Amino acid sequence: MSWNWADNWWGFVFIAIAGWLATDIWRWLGVLAGNRLDESSEALNWVRAVATALVAAVIAKLVVFPTGTLEQSPVWLRIGAIAVGAAAFFISGSRPPVGIATAIATLALGLWWLGF
Amino acid sequence: MTTQTSDGSAAYWFVRGAAGLFSLPGVILMLSFVGFAAFCVETGMPRDQVVFMVGIVWALPAKMILVSSIASGANIAAAFLAVTLSSIRMMPMVAALVPEIRGQRTRTASLLALSHTVAITAWVYAMQRVPEVPRDRRVVFCAGLGITLVVANMVLVGIVYNLVVTFPPILAGCLFFLTPVYFLASIWASARQRVIHVALVVGLIVGPIATILAPELDILIAGLVGGTLAWAIERAMRQRSMRASATPDAGKGGEGAP
Repeated sequence: MSWNWADNWWGFVFIAIAGWLATDIWRWLGVLAGNRLDESSEALNWVRAVATALVAAVIAKLVVFPTGTLEQSPVWLRIGAIAVGAAAFFISGSRPPVGIATAIATLALGLWWLGF
Repeated sequence: MTTQTSDGSAAYWFVRGAAGLFSLPGVILMLSFVGFAAFCVETGMPRDQVVFMVGIVWALPAKMILVSSIASGANIAAAFLAVTLSSIRMMPMVAALVPEIRGQRTRTASLLALSHTVAITAWVYAMQRVPEVPRDRRVVFCAGLGITLVVANMVLVGIVYNLVVTFPPILAGCLFFLTPVYFLASIWASARQRVIHVALVVGLIVGPIATILAPELDILIAGLVGGTLAWAIERAMRQRSMRASATPDAGKGGEGAP
């Protein structure tokens, strides 16, 4: 590990550079771009696609390769809970609370049934 | 403090913004932060660093990537690259919000400071609510919302850090699961361009494949390869529907609804 949690001073510097600077430069650029940004440009469309796919990959990683308690749960239960939640989400007319509650309830039921 | 309705004072609109903490998205965000605290506890990150990170990074996907990078032993350059690529999406989000909230006398410096509080939840909520707010109070409204969300979740994470390890397994599992489920639902529901829907689906499929093939660079690869693929797919769909509608003047870059 190139990072030692106990080394507190370096931890804060690491977070400030790789976390704060890495995110806020895009927020600042967003302000400067403001309404001058061409909302229909193909380049912006590509940036949107890459950014969204990146977040989707993080989501998929959390579902398929979780850490902690869920590491011992079967992958079909986790993907199944997402599928059931997605079905409820679309049936409800894309309402996030419905999809989220259904997915979590499905997971909870599955975990309970498997004896967690 | 007089807090009258309609054209209320700046303080009134600040409080109205702050009330977003107790809206449904605000509550889901707080629950996600409890789950995030559990995730951090599992990696061994100390509490003061977690609270610091909540305040200074704020965006939850960026923090997930930062903590994952650190936990997998990435160096600072690799962590910076992964986090910054995940945060490119902030730029169009902020750029879309600025024209909605900027008044005639709004200074760029205020917007630069305020932009720090923009993340998925605050952005979705602000874009929905801001049309009801008088234009010269919109920056104050967003400041009330953003500052309250950031500070409340810093306090929340600081408090729950020591509690989450004692959660029963089902509860811990569900809280962990809340973060991916919440992002999935809120990004899909708030997307205003079809390319975001396509990229979300492609990214979900390409992500795990990239993790298996290249666990070190999986997120970057999935973003660039999956995103480019999604962009090409959506563009092909657009061109096809343009040909099908047979308009002689086929302008490019239509963001039209499907």
